[in-house]
Amino acid sequence: MITSRRRRNLSHAIRYALLAFAAFILVYPFLYMLSTSFKTRSLVLGDPLQLIPEDPTLENYAAVFGVENFARYFLNSAVVAVASTVLIVLLSSMMAYAFSRLRFPGKRILFTLIIVGLTIPTMMLIIPQFLLARDLNLLNSLPGLVPFYVGTALGFNTFLLAGFFESIPKELDEAMLIDGAGPWRRYWHLALPLSKPALATCVIFAFLGTWDEFAWALTVLNDVEVRTLPIAIALFQGQHSTSWGLVFAASLIAIIPVLIVYIVFQRYFVAGLTSGALKS
Amino acid sequence: MTTTPTIAPPQPVATSPVIRRRRALPAAGGGRREVLAAYGFVLPGFALYALIMLYPAVQTMLLSLRDWSITPGADSPWVGLDNYARAFADPVFLNSLVNAGAYTLVTVPLQIIIGLFLAVLLDSKLPGRVAFRVLFYLPVVTSWVVVSLLFRYIFSSGDGLANFVVVDLLGVAGENVSWFQDRWTGMIAISALGVWKGIGWSMIIFLAALTAVPKELHEAAAIDGAGAIGQFRYVSLPAIRGALATVLILLVIGGFNVFISVLLMTGGGPGNETQVPLTYMYDQAFKFLDFGYGSAVSFSLTALVLIVSVLQYWWTRRSLRS
Repeated sequence: MITSRRRRNLSHAIRYALLAFAAFILVYPFLYMLSTSFKTRSLVLGDPLQLIPEDPTLENYAAVFGVENFARYFLNSAVVAVASTVLIVLLSSMMAYAFSRLRFPGKRILFTLIIVGLTIPTMMLIIPQFLLARDLNLLNSLPGLVPFYVGTALGFNTFLLAGFFESIPKELDEAMLIDGAGPWRRYWHLALPLSKPALATCVIFAFLGTWDEFAWALTVLNDVEVRTLPIAIALFQGQHSTSWGLVFAASLIAIIPVLIVYIVFQRYFVAGLTSGALKS
Repeated sequence: MTTTPTIAPPQPVATSPVIRRRRALPAAGGGRREVLAAYGFVLPGFALYALIMLYPAVQTMLLSLRDWSITPGADSPWVGLDNYARAFADPVFLNSLVNAGAYTLVTVPLQIIIGLFLAVLLDSKLPGRVAFRVLFYLPVVTSWVVVSLLFRYIFSSGDGLANFVVVDLLGVAGENVSWFQDRWTGMIAISALGVWKGIGWSMIIFLAALTAVPKELHEAAAIDGAGAIGQFRYVSLPAIRGALATVLILLVIGGFNVFISVLLMTGGGPGNETQVPLTYMYDQAFKFLDFGYGSAVSFSLTALVLIVSVLQYWWTRRSLRS
């Protein structure tokens, strides 16, 4: 008895040591970034182990909001991300509902085309998408980002939600049918309320995906005032090549919404990831 | 995620009206109206999807066969496979494939091994496991832009953290390394980021698969005298083979599609030495406005990745069955 408990304690101790070491490696870069964001320009490249700066300063944060007009970029990203998220969740849940609960000619072909699209890497399409945006006059405009963000995210979210809608018992539809409910009422009052965890997963991934999107925004946005956060941060680095404190102050502000969403909804993250990855 | 039916299925009596209504359900309430409603649900989303994804996918292929001129209205002659011939004779493109291959070869096994190791450590009633899970997943949710700049700073020559580790802490390098001045040290820095950012993702998926393994199997193996390693080898590993195959395929696809980290850490330099296919494609299209050649590079990469994934899928299916 005693030896087995001692052995268990020992195994627990070894596990904690290994986990703590891994956590240290995975988190240390963030602490390093946090520390650097409070250092003055001249002290930025100092002893990397000294996490608490000798002369902590808020000048980087002040500069980010003052000189660099960062609030504007934050707002740009927020508006684009919220608009895209609403449309992604609405359009993909409507498609998923039809694919999983309604019967119509051509359903199989359309759903197959959705699945095929899941295998196309988004970056492969950036050249023709750029020409399309040019022809539709959507270059260099914030609202112009939205259709592209929504269009590329629809496939995955439709796939995810269709899987979830499938699992809702058909008998519930029957009960509503007897009451004379049409498809729209069954979608809005039955399927959506029963799918809150799946919808939460979509909201989180859609929001983070659009909040963090970089390559497309870099390609189509030119003017200073339409920059989104990732573009602004990447360009800070180019414009002030030594000013890492500024870059990291901006980065940390950009991470805050992500952190809040992540910590509050972390179980949905796991659900979304594993259902997406294990099913496909 | 499956919800158990709350209502018992109707009894199988052939003439029961319940059955008939059940069979007719999707088209009930006037078939044509339901079909119209279904199109109302599908078409807005699908039209956008077709415009943004399907049409450009076809366009990439067509663009790659032309000498595309960016000027509207200007002539963009068809050149057949010329762009492809140029790509496969282009040392920079071939090197970019080698770089992406090396990146994949290094980052994929490390992400799988370390992710699996951490998942096994966390797969028990350990106090604080949720906190560890949250911490390990932090790099995954942080944007590629932020972590790429962070790692660029960590590997910056002079007094970056990476040089502190290899020179002062481990002593494996005699003096500070200029990481981004050389092809392979540059690729090491980019790969270090890839592994660091991806470990949490593979860990979460392995953890989900491990949690689904019945505890009785482990107990039975323990009674048969299997230790921790034996239980892993004979109980856990066979149970998560499906997850392992999925993770492998997705990571390989991701490895060949590496982009933002290279763009922001080395920009493909010095002298194109750390180019990967997507950064090279991006340069060709948006720096040199050679859209036809960029499309050929992008389509070649996609075809290559598709072939590799199909082979992998086929191979894992075969080994799973045996």
